[in-house]
Amino acid sequence: MANQDFPLIFEHSKPGRTSFSLPELDVPEVDVAELINDVYIRKTAPELPEVSELEIVRHYTGLSRRNYGVDSGFYPLGSCTMKYNPKINEDVIRLDGFSHIHPYQDTSTVQGALEVMYDLQCSLAEITGMDEVSLQPAAGAHGEWTGLMMIRAFHEANDDFNRTKVIVPDSAHGTNPASATVAGFQAVTVKSNERGLVDLEDLKRVVGDDTAALMLTNPNTLGLFEEEILEMAKIVHEAGGRLYYDGANLNAIMGYTRPGDMGFDVVHLNLHKTFTGPHGGGGPGSGPVGVSKELAKFLPKPILKKNQNSFVFDYDRPNSIGRVKPYYGNFGINVRAYTYIRTMGAEGLKKVSEYAVLNANYMMRSLQDEYVLPYPQHCKHEFVLSGKTQKKLGVRTLDIAKRLLDFGYHPPTIYFPLNVEEAMMIEPTETESKETLDGFINTMLDIANETKVNPEIVQEAPYTTIVKRMDETTAARKPILRYKK
Amino acid sequence: MEFRYLPMTKEDKQEMLEKVGVSRTEDLFSDIPKQVRLNRHLNLQKPTSESQLMKELTKKANKNVNVKTHTSFLGAGVYDHYIPSIVDHTISRSEFYTAYTPYQPEISQGELQAIFEFQTMICELTSMDVANSSMYDGPTALAEAANLSAAQTKRKKILVSKTVHPESIEVIHSYAKGQGIEVVEVDHKDGITDINALENELNDDIASVIIQYPNFFGQIEPLEKVQQLVADKKTMFIVSSNPLALGYLTPPGEFGADIVVGDTQVFGIPSQFGGPHCGYFATTKKLMRKTPGRLVGQTVDEDGRRGFVLTLQAREQHIRRDKATSNICSNQALNALASSVAMSSLGKQGIKQMAWLNMQKAHYAKRRFQEKGMEVVFSGSLFNELVINVKFSVTDLNKALLEKGFIGGFDLERVDKNYSGYMLVAITEIRTKEEIDVFVEEVGAHIG
Ligand SMILES: Cc1ncc(COP(=O)(O)O)c(C=O)c1O
Repeated sequence: MANQDFPLIFEHSKPGRTSFSLPELDVPEVDVAELINDVYIRKTAPELPEVSELEIVRHYTGLSRRNYGVDSGFYPLGSCTMKYNPKINEDVIRLDGFSHIHPYQDTSTVQGALEVMYDLQCSLAEITGMDEVSLQPAAGAHGEWTGLMMIRAFHEANDDFNRTKVIVPDSAHGTNPASATVAGFQAVTVKSNERGLVDLEDLKRVVGDDTAALMLTNPNTLGLFEEEILEMAKIVHEAGGRLYYDGANLNAIMGYTRPGDMGFDVVHLNLHKTFTGPHGGGGPGSGPVGVSKELAKFLPKPILKKNQNSFVFDYDRPNSIGRVKPYYGNFGINVRAYTYIRTMGAEGLKKVSEYAVLNANYMMRSLQDEYVLPYPQHCKHEFVLSGKTQKKLGVRTLDIAKRLLDFGYHPPTIYFPLNVEEAMMIEPTETESKETLDGFINTMLDIANETKVNPEIVQEAPYTTIVKRMDETTAARKPILRYKK
Repeated sequence: MEFRYLPMTKEDKQEMLEKVGVSRTEDLFSDIPKQVRLNRHLNLQKPTSESQLMKELTKKANKNVNVKTHTSFLGAGVYDHYIPSIVDHTISRSEFYTAYTPYQPEISQGELQAIFEFQTMICELTSMDVANSSMYDGPTALAEAANLSAAQTKRKKILVSKTVHPESIEVIHSYAKGQGIEVVEVDHKDGITDINALENELNDDIASVIIQYPNFFGQIEPLEKVQQLVADKKTMFIVSSNPLALGYLTPPGEFGADIVVGDTQVFGIPSQFGGPHCGYFATTKKLMRKTPGRLVGQTVDEDGRRGFVLTLQAREQHIRRDKATSNICSNQALNALASSVAMSSLGKQGIKQMAWLNMQKAHYAKRRFQEKGMEVVFSGSLFNELVINVKFSVTDLNKALLEKGFIGGFDLERVDKNYSGYMLVAITEIRTKEEIDVFVEEVGAHIG
């Protein structure tokens, strides 16, 4: 990695230096100050950096070298599906006819774009087994909230205003309960049983005529398939609730089973996981929602439809929950997902899931002797280990994660899900070779050994990174959130 | 069939199956109940080779009129601006674009520092204390701001000026529904928020007042007057602002805004049919711990070296779950990076120059329209957009303009039947005098 002391772009700034290249004024100049009330003319210039173009390039190249992506190395970050992001996707979205179209152009001038969107909607409906899909939500959490708002609209349309609760498993991702709150519901927790699956007895206990929905990830965040899904669907449906599917984990089941066939009423997908949208250091993503027939009329508007010979937006949707995002969603990410689906086809997508699951099981069985495996059944695309044994030796999961950095790996997701002590959530994905998996397995076993013979090595890691462990406490106690001269 | 993204060989697979202790991968799916197994192939198009797919998608892309094939005067929230070449080169570095959220600071200093710099630039432009690492887009950032104001003031009613972008207003309504917040839209007068109407609606039930600056019609809203109305009240002042305009206009922070949001699409992000763009969210120190989304803070490592981390995470969904300040998780980090590069490129001088050029060109266009005898509808000060009344179907006019190589302005009738014949025209720094002249001529010629 790059050198250790790395200035901020502002610290390169020198008055008078520029990097911009704006056109000359080619119209007769007016005195703008005359046209605007003086109160609204800015008096103090914003302190943006004054730097040359090469300085900017070096700065960001330097920053990129202080960063780690899938292209840098193995990234088994559970729940995030850090698979390879194909390069053709990047080329396709950069075509002028995709990247430089305006959302308010007449639809007759953007039929190529609408066709891609429409085909993507249809493909996602087929993959999930849902009836209709909207591409509007910007990310997973946004899709969750959109889905819950539709479920709310559904109950209200039935004059049922008492369904105030959304049930989420204790293993659920944090966005699930948070989305429930933003949609105006109260989140209630259903416990997992000793097999890591939703406890049906507890579900029966919490479900009732105040249940709006059950939000479920299947396979769940432990990487385990909820085998009693049909029973669960029955319990929730009989109580009048609706079933919500968090599709962040779809990578495990494509072509094997579909949320729609499992009885789910609403689904969101993370196109920036299963469908290779690059994560971009935190976004942008895309979180389309799919629904059953019953809920279709509540979809956000507009809806993209196919007429005789053309694609059009339908705004006339009186039951719609309204607009959840300006324009039509994160088109740029949707085009990438479409390119991926077309590359793989049905056969390829099924193989994706096959290898995602095989790779995870291979890794799990290779590590289970040294790390506690709380749930012994086959996993799907990811699995969760517990660092309990290591903790007794004074080495915490955080330490193991930091030690992995020294070997050039991105660590797994840690301390999530919350129902596993010292959790390490590992998702290898299907795009990794056996050599890569073996390399990581060996490193994990080496670290387990270090923990036994020389725990300080692990406790004090990392050694090879450009910075060591950060003082996060001070960062939160005395926040410095911006540069000041 | 073999797939280039799937590296396992037959031998690999065999060895792995042995380790797992099953004979076929199918066995790993035995936990999926029979009744829900898919017993057919998904009905999708066949796998397509790279060259074939590129050819096909290029053809689809070429069907779309775009701002490279045509000269665009369309804005209404999404603008055709100069994008420095270095922007795409930077965001194409895969250490950035193939990374996840920077959870491991030791190997994510690049992204973390880039976000810290973005936060700083947004604070500078808006004159606010704190900015987060980005939101989905301007309108959802605005809706989150509205929700925050209700939570903060414990009030359930907000006032939104009708000069705010109509799609923002729609998104505010959708979000407000979840929180049981009442949204009251305040009329405008001559394209500017009606201050008297606003004053009449203001009372102790109002959580916040939302103004867009410059507004949807391109007019510069009198923030000072709104500030005077809400001063000394618990009611919060929320401003949605085109950040480019703040290169020339007094920033909302100087008018006592509590929250300033907007979209940085104007800095280095292509229109790409409306998304992804990049929302920003800036606020005061007081509201720092209520801010939605991720925040990066500066700190030191064990050896005292400066570094950056995600901080104040106790606000966020992964820690606070149902008590979080927002449900947002993924944001628009890569686009925030694009905007940072564009803002660095413009710098302190360039941002003002670019904003000024927009105003110059818009005023020139205004004069040209007037000289042609066309009515420029609103009389207030404008930034880079204006409304003309062509007394003609704007949709039909745009069809004709398309033939002449132009993407015409926004048909305001789409948002209000009373605006029949009103076209919202955007003129940015990259429109030349000649393009403006010809456009005005063509509009004039068609409406007779
Ligand atoms: C299981 C699960 N649900 C939901 C989400 C939220 O998705 P997003 O970050 O796109 O909002 C994630 C992503 O971290 C996830 O892993």
